[in-house]
Amino acid sequence: MGKVNRQKKRAGPVRGGFITTRLNSMIGWGRKYSLFQYPFITACCGMEYMSVACAHYDLDRFGMGWTRFSPRQADMLLVVGTITQKEAPVLKTVYDQMTEPKWVVAFGACAVSGGIYDNYAVVQGIDNIIPVDVYIPGCPPRPETILDALIKLQQKVQKEGHEWRWGKKK
Amino acid sequence: MAMGQEKVIEDLKNKFPEKIKDVSVRFGDDIVIIDRDSLLDIVKFLKEKPHDFAMLLDLTCVDYSGQKDRFEMVYHLFSLSSNLRLRIKTRLSGKDPSIDSLTSVWKNANWLEREVYDMFGVRFEGHPYLRRLFMYDGFEGHPLRKDYPLRKRQPRIPMRKEE
Repeated sequence: MGKVNRQKKRAGPVRGGFITTRLNSMIGWGRKYSLFQYPFITACCGMEYMSVACAHYDLDRFGMGWTRFSPRQADMLLVVGTITQKEAPVLKTVYDQMTEPKWVVAFGACAVSGGIYDNYAVVQGIDNIIPVDVYIPGCPPRPETILDALIKLQQKVQKEGHEWRWGKKK
Repeated sequence: MAMGQEKVIEDLKNKFPEKIKDVSVRFGDDIVIIDRDSLLDIVKFLKEKPHDFAMLLDLTCVDYSGQKDRFEMVYHLFSLSSNLRLRIKTRLSGKDPSIDSLTSVWKNANWLEREVYDMFGVRFEGHPYLRRLFMYDGFEGHPLRKDYPLRKRQPRIPMRKEE
């Protein structure tokens, strides 16, 4: 058979078979494509979440398809919908149960700011209870908006610095 | 007004001549304004045959802040056998509003009355378990009263920042 010029065909890693990277960047890369999610769904935005998670928009393309039913196994908390004052301690408990590293997405106008419910019953934004990484506006948000926000979260995860144990020792 | 409805109003007027204060029609349904103390007698009479208002559709309250008898209780009754609806209204005083509970007549009045107690602070005499339904333990005041402060918040856990 004819000779195949391999070097011309593959413009991949150099011939020695190794690549160089920084540990931080490699860990970020690994984490951003394996975000296990815990959807905390309380209201109508859940419909949009289902649309995003299922085949039409397909979150799995971004490595976020894996839904965990225990917060202890999740990396990403999706707060989807209105959080009432009555429910606030539940959300706080769920957040506290998640192990580090963890990220929070405020999904939709209610989770971001309380939305149209400026009244006695509703928490005016979940950042009153827990820290939030990405805010998604919209009532409810379009699936494209959600994908955009989640890609932004991936970029954030990629760039995150890590405080190593040996770094802290002095 | 359907024929059956006229009969119901007539029977009510004959049976409780002193207790029926006013009768009117809105959107095809009758509204009967009654005396607060005779609520139980009147609904028991309406629930029995021949009127047969077997169903309590809803029970709620309105706060007419600033008027003399501030709270108005509204009862929506429905008769399955004759397909009739009837609305019963009665006024309660603003200071310590209370009225007889309907839990002995309709079981679903239990939660409906708890809701009204939660939101308006109306006490229901004879209710077996008058506790807040929607708001949490430790919540002060009744949020649907017109004098509840618009911006008042009562968080259960400390907030991370000032609202």
